[in-house]
Amino acid sequence: MQININVNGTDHSLDVEPRRLLVDAIRSDLGLRGTHIGCDTTSCGACTVLVDGTPIKSCTMFAVQADGSAVTTVEGLKGADGLSAVQQGFSAEHGLQCGFCTPGMMLVSTALLEENPDPSEDDIRWAISGNICRCTGYVNIVKAVQWAAAAARNGGEEG
Amino acid sequence: MQTTTHHQPTTSPEIGGVGHSIPRVEDARFVQGAGNYLDDVNLPGMLHMAILRSPVAHANLVSIDDSAAMELDGVLAVVTGELMAAHNLAWMPTLSGDTQAVLATDKVRYQGQEVACVIATDRYIAEDALRLIDVEYEELEPITNPQRSLEADAPLIRTDKEDVTDNVSFTWEAGDQAATDAAFAQASKVVTLETHYPRSHPSPLETCGIVADVNPATGQATIYMTSQAPHAHRTLFALVAGLPEQNIRIISPDIGGGFGNKVPIYPGYVVATAASLLIGLPVKWVESRTENLISTGFGRDYHMTGSLALDEGGRILGLRTDLLADQGAFYSDAQPTKFRAGLFHIVTGSYDFAAAHVTAKGAFTNKAPGGVAYRCSFRVTEASYLIERLIQNAAYEIGMDPAEFRRINFIQPDQFPYTSPTGFVYDSGDYETAMQKAMDMVGYDDLRSEQAAARQEGRLVGIGMASFTEVVGAGPAHTYDIAGLKMFDSAELRVHPTGKAILKLGVKTQGQGHETTFAQIVAEELGIPATDIAVMHGDTDNTPYGLGTYASRSTPVGGGATAMVARKLRDKARKIAAHLLEASPEDLEWEPGKFSVKGSPDASVTIQDIAFAAYTNHPEDEEAGLEGVHYYNPPNMTYPFGTYIVVVDLDSDTGVWKVRRMVAVDDCGVRINPMIVDGQIHGGLAEGFAKANMQWITFDDDGNCIGSNFMDYLVPTAWETPRFELGETVTPSPHHPIGAKGVGESATVGSPAAFVNAVIDAVAHLGVRNIDMPVLPDRVWKAIQNA
Repeated sequence: MQININVNGTDHSLDVEPRRLLVDAIRSDLGLRGTHIGCDTTSCGACTVLVDGTPIKSCTMFAVQADGSAVTTVEGLKGADGLSAVQQGFSAEHGLQCGFCTPGMMLVSTALLEENPDPSEDDIRWAISGNICRCTGYVNIVKAVQWAAAAARNGGEEG
Repeated sequence: MQTTTHHQPTTSPEIGGVGHSIPRVEDARFVQGAGNYLDDVNLPGMLHMAILRSPVAHANLVSIDDSAAMELDGVLAVVTGELMAAHNLAWMPTLSGDTQAVLATDKVRYQGQEVACVIATDRYIAEDALRLIDVEYEELEPITNPQRSLEADAPLIRTDKEDVTDNVSFTWEAGDQAATDAAFAQASKVVTLETHYPRSHPSPLETCGIVADVNPATGQATIYMTSQAPHAHRTLFALVAGLPEQNIRIISPDIGGGFGNKVPIYPGYVVATAASLLIGLPVKWVESRTENLISTGFGRDYHMTGSLALDEGGRILGLRTDLLADQGAFYSDAQPTKFRAGLFHIVTGSYDFAAAHVTAKGAFTNKAPGGVAYRCSFRVTEASYLIERLIQNAAYEIGMDPAEFRRINFIQPDQFPYTSPTGFVYDSGDYETAMQKAMDMVGYDDLRSEQAAARQEGRLVGIGMASFTEVVGAGPAHTYDIAGLKMFDSAELRVHPTGKAILKLGVKTQGQGHETTFAQIVAEELGIPATDIAVMHGDTDNTPYGLGTYASRSTPVGGGATAMVARKLRDKARKIAAHLLEASPEDLEWEPGKFSVKGSPDASVTIQDIAFAAYTNHPEDEEAGLEGVHYYNPPNMTYPFGTYIVVVDLDSDTGVWKVRRMVAVDDCGVRINPMIVDGQIHGGLAEGFAKANMQWITFDDDGNCIGSNFMDYLVPTAWETPRFELGETVTPSPHHPIGAKGVGESATVGSPAAFVNAVIDAVAHLGVRNIDMPVLPDRVWKAIQNA
């Protein structure tokens, strides 16, 4: 099937089998390897992308379902001014170790901060609770999101 | 060794040596989605492999019909055990001296065992083809627990071994039986605990995988693999597959977490490599999560009985433990050769007594093989759990507060180096200081008062503690080896003419931050800013030989090698500096980053000047260049320790318990990068909580694995995971070049007992002394009802 999706601001036209998972279209057909696969059951969130701004686990969505949508992957987080506040926060607060969950974590965090620029610790923990991290115990991921929220509030300056 | 509350850095922040929380070098690529993990490796013409696995736990393999699968467009080959046997590759050696089926030929021995592999042009097609393979099984009685396995009428699992007549995989003992019997004969009280440390799975977020690329024209095999031990794997590939070792290059790219799961060699690796060799194209295989959980290296599954002999005053006289290991279908524990139950004999823990005896038996069952050291040094977690649970129960039995009971039994600071009754020589420790710090942080005495008042009101509050001692950093070559390979490690350091450097390691990060912390060790020793040092690892063609990263050995062993090679270069730098300053080497003084002439501080040269001179103006009696390699054989293991305290509130109507506080005081010796150390501890504490609270792998009576995906195998999210409060003491290792001990696993080792002790403490006044992990609400509720 022919589908049209916009990924990170670029339009793509893809010919995909109906059963093809969105994550495989992103990783294999578009070559965007920052979106990872950690489970097969929508449990871990390593494959999280934003579809029209909403976090979606791309291992549980067919590529054809994204036809006509705008998709943001980790590769789309960096802006013209450099790394986003969320990206900077993850590094500043040591919010990642092996890095495998990090793209998904940063994308749900980005969506959270769009909706709620001043989240409480519980808000953050709830927002990222669809994403599993096996390294950090989540402590510094929470701090990273708080750092990004503070940075955004301060006009892009360090939180 | 003097214990302090904090290690003061000796280098400037610009140099960023030991003790500075500098940001991680690794992060730049990871936050941009630009890591290079195994599944990101794609080669021209690459084929994809999928594995057909047994749906049953124990059966004779009658026949395999792959004709329909072979007819599917895009399928190049179906590999069966018969085909592998024709190349003498149907079986492979394990790291514990057993053999394991690569693809089944005679029987299947666990659900999920590898039966056939499809090689196709696309993973979707390969998976389609699996459905077309028709396998006939003749089912046998599945054995799902080691107790049944050892019964006389149990069916024999290892019918592949001619001389085997029972299901015993190993027997082992340590310590002194006679001395221990004597201690128990003298005891005024004996406290016994029977408990099961359940089967768990490391389940790193990235599963295991391989891209095997064997070039048919040259015979060169480039193997990309999620490997925690690439050099050891290269040698094992050479020995197993008969490939010349110089033709094998193992590249372990960025690893998405390991935790022991990526230490063994799995059947899929062998088949993918054989398929690439036979077909002449690269072959990729990446596990699904279910494959990962049902077939690759599990952790724990130890049934443990422990007894403490006590005198009237509450002093421990002796310890006796007996273990029954549920081994799965093959004995494939990843552990040093001499130790059949790993380093379980560290079970005497932080306590000073004269007699201990450990007996262990392993039993084959129809479950996946493994026995990896899941975020711990080999079986140290099980040992720490048993002694710390026993200690609390012993305190109850003699009517003493568990903290006071620990205090009167601790090994004292002036006893180090301390020889344990099972033969370990503890390097350094100050257990009471760490415990007191944790008690102060949590407000221990106030909590005990609150607990007593709460009981009056019918509320249940529990305060649990663990004062663990680990043994990590394997290890000294006279004692420790993996499959015969001595457990040294190595570092190669090259300082370039401009004063920048590259460090090449035998160990391999999986998220621990080696690219940052190992550069800090060089910065400490040579004064070159850490940000000027690139760290390379995970490529056997471009790094010196090492045994890899697991069992918290990178800093104790690889870190030692790094410090030592930097010191070798500093010695040479001194000679070059003397040449440049026209002084005698003995007349020079070192401070981080420069040599100066004693008494004439203005006459100095920087390490960068020296590096440039090493290539442009070196002394005539010295070789040019500034580089070296060091293979470090540690003189001893290191012994990190600490005290963890957990406070829980428990609802007696439902059995649900919530963690109110979790205080962790760790002493891992000198901390290279405190920020990274804290991160390691956070992660380990979450792992400990997981095992205490929810995370286990079980089997039904037919041998079906319950816990075969992340909906059934519960790993905690940010929502369930408690908040942690960290503290530290610093007792340097006296034998490690920079005094560091290793920290990646302390929290996983120490914390499960603290969580469980807290729950038990909430209901101990009712007479409850044990609830097995995971401490599920129904188990708690039943324990209260039965009390």
